[in-house]
Amino acid sequence: MEAIEERRRQRELEKQRLLEALSQYRGVWVFIEQRGESIHPVSLELLGAGRKLADKLGIELSGVLIGDQVRPLAETAIAYGADQVYLIDQPIFREYRSETFMKAFVHVAEKYKPEICLFGSTINGKDLASAVATDLKAGLTADTTVLDVNVEERLLEASRPAFGGNIMATILCKTARPQMATVRPRVMRALDPDYSRTGKIIEERVEIEENQIKTKIIEIVKEVQEKANLEEADIIVAGGKGLGDAKGFQLVHQLAEVLGASVGASRDAVEAGWISHAHQVGQTGVTVTPKIYIAIGISGAVQHTVGMQNSGTIIAINKDPNAPIFNFATLGIVGDAFEVVPKLIEEIKANLYKEVQHV
Amino acid sequence: MHILVCVKQVPDTKNAKLDPVTHNLDRRSTTAITNPYDTHAVEEAVRLKERYGGSVTVLTMGPPQAVSTMKHCVQLGADRAFIISDRAFAGADTLATSYSLACAIEKITREVAPVDLVVCGKMTIDGDTGQVGPGIARRLDIPPLTGIIKIESIDPSTGEIVVHRKLDDGYEILKSQLPCLITVDKSINQVRRASMPNMIRAARFNPVMWSVKDIEGIDTTKLGLKGSPTIVSKVFPPPKPQGGKKIEGSVAEQVKEIANLLMARPEWIKKKA
Repeated sequence: MEAIEERRRQRELEKQRLLEALSQYRGVWVFIEQRGESIHPVSLELLGAGRKLADKLGIELSGVLIGDQVRPLAETAIAYGADQVYLIDQPIFREYRSETFMKAFVHVAEKYKPEICLFGSTINGKDLASAVATDLKAGLTADTTVLDVNVEERLLEASRPAFGGNIMATILCKTARPQMATVRPRVMRALDPDYSRTGKIIEERVEIEENQIKTKIIEIVKEVQEKANLEEADIIVAGGKGLGDAKGFQLVHQLAEVLGASVGASRDAVEAGWISHAHQVGQTGVTVTPKIYIAIGISGAVQHTVGMQNSGTIIAINKDPNAPIFNFATLGIVGDAFEVVPKLIEEIKANLYKEVQHV
Repeated sequence: MHILVCVKQVPDTKNAKLDPVTHNLDRRSTTAITNPYDTHAVEEAVRLKERYGGSVTVLTMGPPQAVSTMKHCVQLGADRAFIISDRAFAGADTLATSYSLACAIEKITREVAPVDLVVCGKMTIDGDTGQVGPGIARRLDIPPLTGIIKIESIDPSTGEIVVHRKLDDGYEILKSQLPCLITVDKSINQVRRASMPNMIRAARFNPVMWSVKDIEGIDTTKLGLKGSPTIVSKVFPPPKPQGGKKIEGSVAEQVKEIANLLMARPEWIKKKA
């Protein structure tokens, strides 16, 4: 009996110790991803989301800005909601590298002990977060689309699509700090910048020499190849499996052509090789928010809809009246795309032509 | 050159069905496949072996059924295969997984041959995180090179490796030093068909199976559910969409309504000059 009692007391004690250890961590941090003169939009979005979390928890929101001659961007981060910015500004951080940025981030995180760290789910944001979380032995949730906090237990509730997007899962991290998450771009909303806001800039220096770093950048090549232009498009015409083959997918291009729209695609269409991955909309592609999204022959698996459901007006054309895409569509047509779309093209052409005549 | 590839057997999420009540994955609706991203990792390792000589070892953590994935890797050209399988590994998140795999890689380094290059797929289709590869690199304290679309060259004598890493608006050419870890993008190669000798070899192949007690020095508090800081607290269906209105009537009427909607804001339409 006594032994059981003793073990129970031990467990209680351990729990107390853990809570005490965790309570030393305070503050919401956002990694400010920069490309020289500007901050990546996702970081501004995260400052907006982080502001809400910090206010709920009654703690400060900080940006972590790593680069070379990037101090002006610290002011921008403050205008977008940060109370303070940890600035690491040294020539060695001119370009992003896992090895250097990780050392810098871990250095400030170990020194100032944040409670929550948010990173954009970008190529470099994910790379950095994965390395940092391993070194800090922290919990990291990938590709979050919904963020909230449980104020009582001070737990970050990071929700994300799982199992190919068929379901949402909420991930908690109860036993380690910081609680880390990467967050998909274009899901959170940035605040309107207020340049009258003031905040602290805390400059840190990291002892690091180029000869300790194994990876060198030989060249950065800006791709001249095709861009899908999905992120800025007012109108996107997207096609899916229902179009049958590469030839059928041409229908999407034809409608996009008359509308001056960008072309999107479901994962199935991309995997079938009808169009390149640059055009893929959805969980493993890009997230888009055009004014008008026209989905042709797309059934509407969650994998796809998580990437387009925040579009202004959604138009769906699909043969199957039970296709889930219709639940998302502002307007839906149950019908054969090969009949509907050519008529739609004609109609638009006729209208556009009429307009030209008026002028 | 000794190349080690980390692979995972995953449920094919593409056709996965979920139990409408519990939201758990209905395993009967899926088949177990080799994570598609990992097949590109194995392919790249085999191509490097063909270019520079050496051998390819594959490693997985999973249930004993992962033997079929190991055989698949042998079909693709892997020389050796190791499975770490134990109840103690169950429920691992990315932090615990990277620890477990790193411990196994250290054992392979000690007992088989030092690992010069670790190759991982970009992510798995079930976990969908891409965090384990970089995590292993940190555990082994070797440079992580993620999202690699091309391996330009390796100099086996100096250990210098030159790769192309994908960026949002292009790519960067990086030079690093073996041993290092790369995660590969699908675009890095096309997976070739298995050769007849490899198929025959795979049919008879038995991978080495290790349990936790076979891995000397492993810290059992860092494994599985116990060693995982993150937990799934709940699952729920995606948010209910706002929509559902269908246009009735003839095709002509349907087309008219959509055209009207599109023409209502002509400034959104970018007419060809």
